[in-house]
Amino acid sequence: MAKKAKAYWKENLRYLFILLTIWFGVSFGAGILFKDVLDDIKIGGFKLGFWFAQQGSMYVFVILIFIYVRLMNKLDKKYGYDS
Amino acid sequence: MIHSLMVEGIGVQNWTYILVGVTFALYISIAIWSRAGSTKEFYVAGSGVSPLANGMATAADWMSAASFISMAGIISFAGYDGAVYLMGWTGGYVLLALLLAPYLRKFGKFTVPDFIGERYYSDIARIVGVLCALLVSFTYVAGQMRGVGLVFSRFLEVDINTGVIIGMLIVLFYAVLGGMKGITYTQVAQYCVLIFAFMVPAIFISIQMTGNPIPQLGFGSQMADGSGAYLLDKLDGLSTDLGFAEYTEGSKSVTDVFAITLALMVGTAGLPHVIVRFFTVKRVKDARKSAGIALLLIVILYSTAPAVAVFARTNMIETVSRQPYSSVPEWFKKWETTGLIVFDDKNEDGIINYVADVSKNELVVDNDIMVLANPEIARLPDWIVALVAAGALAAALSTAAGLLLVISSSISHDLIKKIINPNISENGELIAARISAIVAVCVAGYFGINPPGFVAATVALAFGLAAASFFPAIILGIFYKRMNKEGAIAGMVVGITLMMLYMIKYRLGWFDEVLPGKDQWWFGISPEGFGSVAMLVNFVVSIIISKLTPAPPGEVQEIVENIRIPQGSGPASPH
Repeated sequence: MAKKAKAYWKENLRYLFILLTIWFGVSFGAGILFKDVLDDIKIGGFKLGFWFAQQGSMYVFVILIFIYVRLMNKLDKKYGYDS
Repeated sequence: MIHSLMVEGIGVQNWTYILVGVTFALYISIAIWSRAGSTKEFYVAGSGVSPLANGMATAADWMSAASFISMAGIISFAGYDGAVYLMGWTGGYVLLALLLAPYLRKFGKFTVPDFIGERYYSDIARIVGVLCALLVSFTYVAGQMRGVGLVFSRFLEVDINTGVIIGMLIVLFYAVLGGMKGITYTQVAQYCVLIFAFMVPAIFISIQMTGNPIPQLGFGSQMADGSGAYLLDKLDGLSTDLGFAEYTEGSKSVTDVFAITLALMVGTAGLPHVIVRFFTVKRVKDARKSAGIALLLIVILYSTAPAVAVFARTNMIETVSRQPYSSVPEWFKKWETTGLIVFDDKNEDGIINYVADVSKNELVVDNDIMVLANPEIARLPDWIVALVAAGALAAALSTAAGLLLVISSSISHDLIKKIINPNISENGELIAARISAIVAVCVAGYFGINPPGFVAATVALAFGLAAASFFPAIILGIFYKRMNKEGAIAGMVVGITLMMLYMIKYRLGWFDEVLPGKDQWWFGISPEGFGSVAMLVNFVVSIIISKLTPAPPGEVQEIVENIRIPQGSGPASPH
């Protein structure tokens, strides 16, 4: 039982680490720290860094949460925690 | 183009009365239908709210008068720098969904101080939690009541104080009667009203300016005037012509943008009135899902706001800059009478000189104009102008109600039931909760009518306070089993004290003769961004102190192991 819980927790932490790395990358990375570099690329009327800061990061945030919901629902099932 | 002649028969004023009247009648009916019968219904809506309804309620709770009225305006003057609010106030939901909501739901208590008190097995921790919750919520709610008053006075032409009192009565009615249950279902209705009211003008203006009906794409498109120029390039050009920074560049330092964004994200995740929403759903998986739905619904407005900002700023510069004052459109004169547009013809040439150089600039435009006057600037029909008023009221009322509930439950549940009189009956506690809600509304209303000078300055800082106090205590409580009461209490006290001192010194200037300037900020970080520093200090202090003091008792470590597993989350219970 305790072993199962530990394994579940470990997988959960791995998901958190990956998803939060992306979370940091799109907002603090693309939108702030590397904004000036990305601004040299233009998509339509948007400079890319500016777009990440004012649009893209928010869209990625929403997608990240729904990915997490799916991953965790699967994980819950795998460990029988979904009852 | 839709012309205002279509509905001239009714007029903006009557449309406003109709729309505000209808929406208020709706909120009150919902409150009567969903009134609370038990403390569980009063505090957490009986933990039976569906993820979709909870997501909508969370979104309405979250989006305040500031999000609805002021944010697009602030962005339109700040340009790129406005991204701190966009990323800061949405990114926190990722932290909530991944790091807090599921575990707190599993823990199954009524309030945030409840979690702090149980996890850190200490009434002192609970009291520190209550004090932090009250401090954060009161700074926040006073601003909301002021917002309600402003909207009433501007659109219904009543005195601002009368506006605050009307707002108080409405909130009082459904917060006291319905508790969390009543608030949740009225917030669902308020979300629908506010998002419709925000999107309709934005879509119309996007079509006018760029031919694209989706504002999020419109502001990156070419202009509809046939010039083939991209709207953002045009605005960058207009801005530099007038001596401002390029719109897409901004003027804050990278460090400060980083710090403010982080403080707002972490603060969002630590705000008690947001966290408590996730106690209202049935299961742990619902808590995750409803955080996702809430963010999706919030992002609909937040991704539109920067588009509105660009449309409004371009429109405004093109309409008034270097134009003779005698030929300004009607809306300009109308908003001048409210003092939100001020024109001072310094060189007396009769031309409006709008430039960055303060000594030569003749036009001052309030942030709030950008959303409130936008429909008029774009000459949209009267009913849309009225709709904006109804939407702004929905935004302000829903947030105020959510905050008042946190305040009343902190007092009736965390202080009275858990500390002062544990033998209080279910009915007694419910009465106490209702009385605390009444007192809280009156205090908030008082601050709304007599706003102390520091309220406006501190509302934004409520996030810093939440970041510096709750966030580390909750995160460590879930992810670090060894965390004990000594560490958590020391961390919260040091974190919030440091944040308050920095705020008092560098925002309010009470320690010095004159407010110390930017050059004296620590690491170049503004008071708005300092929450992230205070949060780090809280983490460090908590961990060091807890290493030096005894480990938490075995049963507490078991609780931590238990909340990490979603299975068997019962309904939220007071015991």
